[in-house]
Amino acid sequence: MYHITSLFEGFWLNIELFILTLIMSLPLGLVITFGSMSRFRPVKWFVKTFVWVIRGTPLMLQLFVVLYAPGLLFGVPMKSRMTAALIAFVVNYAAYFSEIYRGGIESISKGQYEAGAVLGMTKAQVFFKVVLMQVVKRIVPPMSNEIITLTKDTALARVIGLAEIIMAAERFTKQGLIWPLFSTGLFFLAFNGILTLLLGRLERKLDYFKV
Amino acid sequence: MPILEVANINKRFGNVEVIKDISFSLEKGETLSIIGSSGSGKTTLLRCLNFLEIPDAGTITVKGETIFDAADPESRSEKGLRDKRLHFGLVFQSFNLFPQYTALQNVTLAKMLLAKERPDYKAEKDKISAEITQSAKAILDSVGLSGKLDYYPHQLSGGQQQRVAIARALALDPDILCFDEPTSALDPELTGEVLRVIRELADRKTTMIIVTHEMSFARQVSDNVLFMDEGVVVEYGPPEQVIGNPKEERTKQFLERYFEDENN
Repeated sequence: MYHITSLFEGFWLNIELFILTLIMSLPLGLVITFGSMSRFRPVKWFVKTFVWVIRGTPLMLQLFVVLYAPGLLFGVPMKSRMTAALIAFVVNYAAYFSEIYRGGIESISKGQYEAGAVLGMTKAQVFFKVVLMQVVKRIVPPMSNEIITLTKDTALARVIGLAEIIMAAERFTKQGLIWPLFSTGLFFLAFNGILTLLLGRLERKLDYFKV
Repeated sequence: MPILEVANINKRFGNVEVIKDISFSLEKGETLSIIGSSGSGKTTLLRCLNFLEIPDAGTITVKGETIFDAADPESRSEKGLRDKRLHFGLVFQSFNLFPQYTALQNVTLAKMLLAKERPDYKAEKDKISAEITQSAKAILDSVGLSGKLDYYPHQLSGGQQQRVAIARALALDPDILCFDEPTSALDPELTGEVLRVIRELADRKTTMIIVTHEMSFARQVSDNVLFMDEGVVVEYGPPEQVIGNPKEERTKQFLERYFEDENN
């Protein structure tokens, strides 16, 4: 029983990381999308390079960089490991989300924008009232994939010393107990099972129209 | 005074001059059909009128007021584009209905958004939106869709979708309603219902410009026909003349080809 509680404690950290990362990276991704679609070339170039670096390097490495770089480069050490992990996860996931958003926005036909324009809508109205809902419908499946990947990526937080579930389980391995480590998989499975149901329900909710 | 005067409109894409020095005018209640082969610039002309393309030269005057003058940098700016566009309605070849809204919502959406800018909107919100819904229902009824108010576009046939699109354009009560090949994307058995609606609008003296390939329809419904080729107006006049008895060699050739294809 003692094992189970510490596993639950560890998994709570995974859930915390998961929720906070989602809350912050979903909107940040949109900001990055607008940057990468900007007509102002320096902004577009800068944002695209940023996305390339984030997507082109391992998340594990990014965790180390966020934890150590501020201290080594600027003499202001990162005080909290949790903050470091959050920054790395949020930035990493926002970069991935931004590309999904961009694909979704670019898949909407020009005719939708033109129809809105000739009806006297402003650009903002066309985006929020016409395009956005269609984009949401288009991106739910790829976003679901990414969100489920995030649940498992939270386990990487252990590399900078955060006692998430796998780290919690590894302590028992050192005492010769292997089953707690194996059983962590059940936590992820159960959590992702619920998540899959919820995301599937969202997908079905958007079934009332076709794009 | 004509409701619309288009003078010396020019539009180029890169090095290609798509429309060259086009001028024509339109009286209130008049139906003008624009005919011509693909690539003749008719759709571009229509898009210029709706400011989906900004002409490189020329002026556009609506009800005596010059709303666009290419020589005036102010009138080319994004600002004020909206007000200019509201003089015109446009029905697209591919309908372009908003898929996430019902037929009724498609018709009311733009008007609801415009109403929000009225100074009395906050106080009269319910009354205003009830009025907009009421008039949208009446318009949908007039295009024969009173039974389809709550249907989403994907639940409607192409002909029904195009009729919703016509209702959507009518809802803003434009001075001039434009159609860009409104039946070209439809199965042949569905064109009739759309053409019937357009004919009814002509009977009710709606001012319209119709880009079309339906020659016999253009002949029946139009007050004037404009034949375009390679970006210029080749022939303009009443349909009996332009379609029935064309003077210009290019018009004759176009119509011959058209009716040959039709008979095959």
